[in-house]
Amino acid sequence: MTMALTHLQRLEAESIHIFREVAANFSKPVMLYSVGKDSSVLMHLAMKAFYPAKPPFPFLHVDTTWKFREMIAFRDQMAEKLGFDLLVHVNEDGVRDNINPFDHGSNVHTHVMKTVGLRQALDKYGFDAAFGGARRDEEKSRAKERIFSFRNASHAWDPKNQRPEMWNIYNTRIAAGESIRVFPLSNWTELDIWQYILQEDIPIVPLYFAKERPVVERDGMLILKDDDRMKLRPDEVVENRLVRFRTLGCYPLTGAIESSADTLEAIVGEMLTARTSERQGRLIDRDEAGSMEKKKREGYF
Amino acid sequence: MRHVPAKTLEPSNEVRDYLAAQEKKSLLRFLTCGSVDDGKSTLIGRLLSDTKQIFEDQLAALERDSRKHGTTGEDVDFALLVDGLEAEREQGITIDVAYRFFATPKRKFIVADTPGHEQYTRNMATGASTADLAIVLVDARQGVLRQTRRHSIIASLLGIRHIVLAVNKIDLVGFDRVTFDRIVAEYRDFARDLGFESIMPIPMSARYGDNVSARSERLAWYQGPTLIEHLETVPVGSASAEQPFRFPVQYVNRPNLDFRGFAGTIASGSISRGDEVVVAKSGRSAHVKRIVSYGGDLQKAIAGQAVTLVLDEEVEVSRGNMLVQPDARPQVSDQFAANLVWFDEQALLPGRSYILRTETDEASATVTELKHRLNINDFGEEAAKSLEMNEVGVVNISTRTPIAFDAFAENRSTGAFILIDRITNATVGAGMIQHALRRAENIHWQSLDIDKRARSDMKHQRPAVFWFTGLSGSGKSTIANLLEKKLAATGRHTYLLDGDNVRHGLNRDLGFTDADRVENIRRVAEVAKLMTDAGLIVLVSFISPFRAERRLARELMAGGEFVEVFVDTPFEECARRDPKGLYARALRGEIKNFTGVDSPYEPPENPEIRLQTIGRTVEEMVDILDDWLAERDKAETQYESGGGI
Ligand SMILES: Nc1nc2c(ncn2[C@@H]2O[C@H](COP(=O)(O)OP(=O)(O)OP(=O)(O)O)[C@@H](O)[C@H]2O)c(=O)[nH]1
Ligand SMILES: [Mg+2]
Repeated sequence: MTMALTHLQRLEAESIHIFREVAANFSKPVMLYSVGKDSSVLMHLAMKAFYPAKPPFPFLHVDTTWKFREMIAFRDQMAEKLGFDLLVHVNEDGVRDNINPFDHGSNVHTHVMKTVGLRQALDKYGFDAAFGGARRDEEKSRAKERIFSFRNASHAWDPKNQRPEMWNIYNTRIAAGESIRVFPLSNWTELDIWQYILQEDIPIVPLYFAKERPVVERDGMLILKDDDRMKLRPDEVVENRLVRFRTLGCYPLTGAIESSADTLEAIVGEMLTARTSERQGRLIDRDEAGSMEKKKREGYF
Repeated sequence: MRHVPAKTLEPSNEVRDYLAAQEKKSLLRFLTCGSVDDGKSTLIGRLLSDTKQIFEDQLAALERDSRKHGTTGEDVDFALLVDGLEAEREQGITIDVAYRFFATPKRKFIVADTPGHEQYTRNMATGASTADLAIVLVDARQGVLRQTRRHSIIASLLGIRHIVLAVNKIDLVGFDRVTFDRIVAEYRDFARDLGFESIMPIPMSARYGDNVSARSERLAWYQGPTLIEHLETVPVGSASAEQPFRFPVQYVNRPNLDFRGFAGTIASGSISRGDEVVVAKSGRSAHVKRIVSYGGDLQKAIAGQAVTLVLDEEVEVSRGNMLVQPDARPQVSDQFAANLVWFDEQALLPGRSYILRTETDEASATVTELKHRLNINDFGEEAAKSLEMNEVGVVNISTRTPIAFDAFAENRSTGAFILIDRITNATVGAGMIQHALRRAENIHWQSLDIDKRARSDMKHQRPAVFWFTGLSGSGKSTIANLLEKKLAATGRHTYLLDGDNVRHGLNRDLGFTDADRVENIRRVAEVAKLMTDAGLIVLVSFISPFRAERRLARELMAGGEFVEVFVDTPFEECARRDPKGLYARALRGEIKNFTGVDSPYEPPENPEIRLQTIGRTVEEMVDILDDWLAERDKAETQYESGGGI
C-alpha cells in the first residue's frame, strides 16, 4: 500500500520540524504572538510539536495599545485555556510620548510601538530565537526571507547577505547578542491557513467573521471605531455595516471589508474569488514601496 | 477605492469539495536557474500572472513599479513581481532566491526563483536543495554559457533528476527552429554525464508568454507540451516511502518521569507500532511501543511525518542519533568521501576545522584531502589545493565523532550536510556524501589499560599544553626554553615542540601557503595531544597565525589542558629585533608569505595568558606561566578532594 501525505499534512510536518529544531538548539526561544489567524495556527502547531509536553517557551505579545479590544480579550482567554506562559510588553516610552496612529501616522506609530517595542522586549529577556507567523506569500520581500533568518546584535536583517539554507539543515549558530527569527509558516499560503483552521477547528478572533459593526470611511478604508480615542473628522459619520477583517492589527490602521461571510466556509468561498490581496487592508504596507523590507531591516517582524 | 461587497457565498459543501480536491493535489517543487538576464524572474512573474495568482492591487503596483524600475519600456516588467528587494529592483537583477506559490487544477507548485549572477551561486544552491525539477533558462541569442553549466552541475549534484531546458527570448531570434535545435544539441551533449532522468527542451518567450501556459502560433514547428503542461505531468518522486526506515532523532521529549519520547521527522520508509528499530550508533535495539501524535496515537507513520516515538526499552538515544530498520542500517563512520560546493569568500582549506551539521547531528570536521575540483565547463577533474567560492570538488572528510548517514544518491535527507565556519558561524559549504572510507571502519580505538591518568600520576603532574603564539621574533622560543628549564628543575616532565625544528622533520613536506600552514598546525596539535596522553607538559612554540587552527588545537585537548599564551610583541619591535634577519628579507620581497608582512596574523581574542614582552624580562614572564600552572593544579586538587559533584 502506498500512502501519500496530503498537502496540509506536509505543511504541518515541516512546521513541527522547525519548532523542534529551535527547541533543541536555542537556550531562550520565544514565540511572538500577534493574536491574528496566523498566530492561532502557529500556536496550534506548537502544541502539536511538543505534545504531550507544553511548548517549552513563552509567548510574547508586543501590545501597541491600539489593538482591537476583541483581540486582547481573545488573547487572555487563549492563554488561560491552553495554559501557556504569556508575556505582554508595551513600549512605555511610546506611551509616555503619547505616540499614536492618528497624530503620528502609521509609520512612526508602527516603528515606535511595534518595532522598537519588540526590540526592547527581546533585549529585556535576552531571547535568542523568536518565532513569527509571517508567510512568504504575504509580500514580495517576505518571499525572499529564509526560514531561519539571522539578525545581528541590533536586530537588523541584511537581505543582501543571508545565510544559505540547504535542505532542512538549519544553521542555528549565533554569537552573543545575535538572534534568529524563525518562520514556521514560511511555505503556507493564505488559503492553506484558512483550510487548516477549518480542518483543525482552531479558534480565531471573532473579528474575522462578518457582523454589523460601527465603521467610519476614512482614506478609502473602512475603520472600525473601537473606542473613543478615535475622533471623527467633520464630514465623517459612524455607520453600522456588515463587515469583517481579512487581517488584524492596530484598529486605526486596519481596513474592514464589506462581507456577509460569517462561517469559515463562507470566508474561504469569498477568498477564492477575492480580487485584492490580504495586505491591501493594512495601511502600513501602502505607505511606500519597499516599506516592508525597510521595516524588517530595522527589526520589525 | 470602491468597496465591492465580496460576492459569491457558495454553498458550504461546494467549498468543502473544492478544498478536498486541493488536498489531494501533488506538489512539485522546482526552481528557475541559468545565466544572468536569461529571463528567470520574468518567467516566474509570467507563470504567477497566467495562473491568476496576482491580485488587482498587486497588478496596479506592478504597473507603477514597471514605470519606475522596469527594463521593458512601455510593457509591464514581470520580473518585478518576484524581484522583491530594493537593491534588486534598483539594479534590475536577482540577488536572493524568492519562493512563490501557485496551483493549477492538477497540481500545487512551490517555485524558487534563483539569481543568475555567479556571485550569488549559494542562493541558487539554496533554492535547488529542496527542488525536484530545475528549469534551466538559456537566452536564445547567447546559447549555453558558463553559468548555465555551473547551475546544471550543481542541480545534478543536489539530486535534481528532471530538467526543463527553456530556450527563452525566442522572439529575439525570429522564433527560429535552427537556433533552438543547435542549443538543445549543445546542452544535451554537455549534460550527458550529469545523470538527469529527463531533459525537456521547450522554446519560449517568457516576456510575451509563448509556450508558457499557452501554445504559440509563432512556434508552430514545436509539437511538444507547453511549460505548464509539462510541469503538471512530470512524475514527482515519493520514493522515500519505499526506502529503509530512517528516523533522525531531533529532540528528546521528556515532560515527566513517565514519558520519554523521541521526536523527529521520518526521513524515509515507514514505521508501525511493534516494529523493531535499532539505534544507529550503538546497535542497541528496541520495539516501537507508541507513535505519539497530538490527535491520538498512530498505528503507522510514513516518510515526511513529524511524530514522537516511544520505545519499549530504555535505550540510550539523544539528538543526532538515528532510529533505523534492523536489516538495512545506515553507515556509521568518522571518515567519508563527499561532493562539496563551496559558498564562502574564504577558501576551503584542507586541515582546517569546521562544524559539520546534518539534519540533527553536529560534529567537528576537517577536510583531510581535496581529491579534485570539478571543471565547470567540461565537468573534468582538476587537481587543486583549495576550493574557492562557488567551486565544486570531491573531498575526504574526517569528523571528530562518528555520524550516521546514507549515500546522498540513495537518500537525500540522510546523505546531506553543511559546513559552518567556527568563528563567523557562516554556512560555508554544502556536502553530499558518497561513501564511508574503509580505513575508518577498520581502525577501531584500542582501549588500553595503562591510560593517561596512570601515566601522568607516575610523573606526579597533570598534563598541559602551553601554546605560544605570536609573530616571528616575538620571543616565543626564548620564553618557552626558559620555562622548560624551570619546570625540569622542579622535576616536571616536559617536551618542547618548536616550529623551526618540526619543519625539519615531521613537516618537511610543507611550505608556507595558507593550506600548508593549516596542515602544519594540525599535525603539531595532534602530536601535542599524544604527548599529553603520555602525561607530559608540552610547550608548543609556533607562530600559528590563524585563530581557526588554534581553536582546533584547543578543542583537541581535554578541558583545562590547553593554555594559549599570546606573546604580544608589536610588529615594529619584532622587525627591529629581527634575530634571524628574516624581516629585512621579507620586506625586500625575498621571502613570500611572511606572517605580518604579506600573510596575516590573527591575534588571540581570549588567550589564557597574554605576555606583553616590551619592558619585561624573560624571567618575569616565565614566573607568570609557572604561577598559572601552580594555580591550576591547586584548583584541580581541591576539586578532586572535594569529592566531585
Ligand atoms: N524579448 C524578450 N525579453 C525577455 C524575455 N524574457 C526576459 N526578457 C527580458 O530580459 C531581461 C532580464 O530578465 P530577468 O527576468 O530579470 O532575468 P533573470 O534571468 O531573472 O536575471 P537574474 O535573476 O539577474 O540572473 C528583462 O528586461 C526581461 O524583460 C523574452 O522571452 N523575450
Ligand atoms: Mg531574476
